[in-house]
Amino acid sequence: MIFVTVGTQLPFPRLIGHMIEWAKTHEERVVLQTGDASKPLGCEAYRSLSSEQFSTFIERARVVVSHAGIGSIIAAKSVDRPIILVPRHARLGEHRNDHQLATAAAFEGQTGLRVAWEVSEISSLLDQTIEPPVSERNPRYDRLVHRIKSFVAA
Amino acid sequence: MARILAVSSGGGHWQQLKLLDAAMEDAEVVYACSADVGEPTVLRVPDCNLRTPRRLVLGLLAAWRLVRSVRPDVVVSTGAAPGALALIVAKLLGCRTVWIDSIANAECMSLSGRLTRCFADLWMTQWETVSERSGAVYVGAVL
Repeated sequence: MIFVTVGTQLPFPRLIGHMIEWAKTHEERVVLQTGDASKPLGCEAYRSLSSEQFSTFIERARVVVSHAGIGSIIAAKSVDRPIILVPRHARLGEHRNDHQLATAAAFEGQTGLRVAWEVSEISSLLDQTIEPPVSERNPRYDRLVHRIKSFVAA
Repeated sequence: MARILAVSSGGGHWQQLKLLDAAMEDAEVVYACSADVGEPTVLRVPDCNLRTPRRLVLGLLAAWRLVRSVRPDVVVSTGAAPGALALIVAKLLGCRTVWIDSIANAECMSLSGRLTRCFADLWMTQWETVSERSGAVYVGAVL
């Protein structure tokens, strides 16, 4: 199953439209969280999901296809699911600014994560087997936790 | 035991705040969020952003009420605007404050983050390059 999510703030018709077209030519089940009221034919679509439903779909997905939002990256990583990020463009009215391009560029190359800079790249990424993310302890995380903990204790 | 008010917006901001649970394990933590996160113990604050002045004023009043009722020693926020307002109010009321700019801001500090600069005792980014440009503290990141 492919789980497609665009987050809670804004719809992302460029990504959703592309995935609806993809689903027409593939057998695999596609679940869409669209952020708008559209009810595409032949696809399972939800405007928004409770955090429980969201976690369930992420867990069951072979691959998560998502806008370049941190919530999706964290959720996919927490259950070892590969993720394909599709950054929103401000010039296309998809977000207020281009921070998702920066997020995608900064995370590109991490294990279990791919970036589709254009929606046309999604299809070939879905044809590949993407390795799951690494869930080992991360020294960056430990340092951040330690710094905050020392501050609170001081 | 220190009392912490941990406050953020929903989605990725909230998930980053929850990932920092381990940093607050020695304290008593009260959580607040501007979205429904499906947890009854989490307090709600109104959502707002820095581009809508009327909601910003309401958000500021709500932040004031929140901090006055929780009476924390420390306020921790991962953004965005509702967290920034709570942090600013908390600083004015004498709390110690920690800002952790969202890891989504890989190129520059967020607008909310820049607003908290003078009010955060520990003002952090999760990217080294942003630290060099902004002067924010970098030691690590949630991912």
